[in-house]
Amino acid sequence: MSPHGNPETPASGAVEINREAPKASPALEQSAQPEHHDRGAWGLWEVFVRSSRGLSHVHAGSLHAPDAAMALRNARDLYTRRNEGVSIWVVPADAIAASDPDSKGSFFESPQGKDYRHATYYTKSEGVKHL
Amino acid sequence: MAAQNLQSVPAELTPEEDAAGQAHFDRIIAEDSRIEPRYWMPAAYRRTLLRQVSQHAHSEIIGMQPEANWISRAPSLKRKAILMAKVQDEAGHGLYLYSAAETLGQSRDKMMDDLIAGKARYSSIFNYPALTWADMGAIGWLVDGAAICNQVPLCRASYGPYGRAMVRVCKEESFHQRQGFEILLELSNGTPAQKQMAQDAVNRWYAPALMMFGPPDDDSPNSKQSMAWNIKRFSNDELRSRFVGMMVEQVRVLGLTLPDDQIRFNEDTRKWEHGPLDWHEFQEVLAGRGPCNAQRLERRRAAHDDGAWVREAAAAYAAKQSAKQQKEYAA
Repeated sequence: MSPHGNPETPASGAVEINREAPKASPALEQSAQPEHHDRGAWGLWEVFVRSSRGLSHVHAGSLHAPDAAMALRNARDLYTRRNEGVSIWVVPADAIAASDPDSKGSFFESPQGKDYRHATYYTKSEGVKHL
Repeated sequence: MAAQNLQSVPAELTPEEDAAGQAHFDRIIAEDSRIEPRYWMPAAYRRTLLRQVSQHAHSEIIGMQPEANWISRAPSLKRKAILMAKVQDEAGHGLYLYSAAETLGQSRDKMMDDLIAGKARYSSIFNYPALTWADMGAIGWLVDGAAICNQVPLCRASYGPYGRAMVRVCKEESFHQRQGFEILLELSNGTPAQKQMAQDAVNRWYAPALMMFGPPDDDSPNSKQSMAWNIKRFSNDELRSRFVGMMVEQVRVLGLTLPDDQIRFNEDTRKWEHGPLDWHEFQEVLAGRGPCNAQRLERRRAAHDDGAWVREAAAAYAAKQSAKQQKEYAA
């Protein structure tokens, strides 16, 4: 596959999209088209890359693209020029819900007094093998 | 607690909320931790970063031109492939940085428009012409070398998205510098004419590369605040001196010389010193009166216009596909 192949033949990214598309619900599909703002600007997509088999996809960055297939192609060219990945996810940025950074205290439960959730809390077994 | 969108614009805040935000911001800076896009930040911090990151992005985009100019004339297929990869990297770096700048609340279209309209600044270095093939070597070795020197400390910039973009950029830049060094080394070991061409390129790019670090410390009004905010980690002169020290070593391996007979290591300050630089020229180039300013902007403008039909076609195709899919689901 040439990296900038003939647009008539879908790049691997486009093939993947075609295969995945029927799984999505109509509601999801709708939100998967980022809104086009001023003079047809392309929507913002967040890119997640799996660096090798067995690892999770990790956020790599973002980019602009008119649709999912182009977002995948652009992500490949932008974030995997040196074999950085074996799989890519692209997600419309406005489809991601994020926790409020200002409510760190109230949203995340305080770990205080809950040491017993960690193995290091239990010291009596020190020296016992395989425990 | 409300779930938020990644692109949420900060709402109007009460003075109490602002005070709490400032205290939180100050604490993060004091801990040398990172500020993330939706955190409260002082308006001046946001403005400073937006200016720096967008200028940095513009520099990468304009920086493609002096080298793209030589792709068709590269001396071998291998050199052509390397140069294309490098120019593609510069485009990538520009895009990483535009993404980081966008998280500060500026649309990419606005940044693009500002660049094309000549309202935005970019590094003065790209307004010098690349006259010979040896310039590809000198640009890689000196210009990318200076950029790396500047950018490595920026990986620890207090603004998360900027630091993360710089980590990615720095990883890729080291290939750029090494390929430039190799071009010069090969020419230096070639015929006398080739060696002379390499020396001539080094002579022309040396001073502009030193000026890439920005004006001297006592003439750099924004530096102090940027350092207090942990955006900059070292002063312009400090980085420049460090760079000169590295080049002094490397130019010996190249078998070439630096066009500066005042380079010396100051035993008292433990710093490298260099000859005077023409800061008037620097200001002139920055103000748009350099040798290639008009040409660079014109080329960027033309490229943007030439690409308009591609952007429109892609948007039209996306809209059509989306409408088709809606119809299929409705049926």
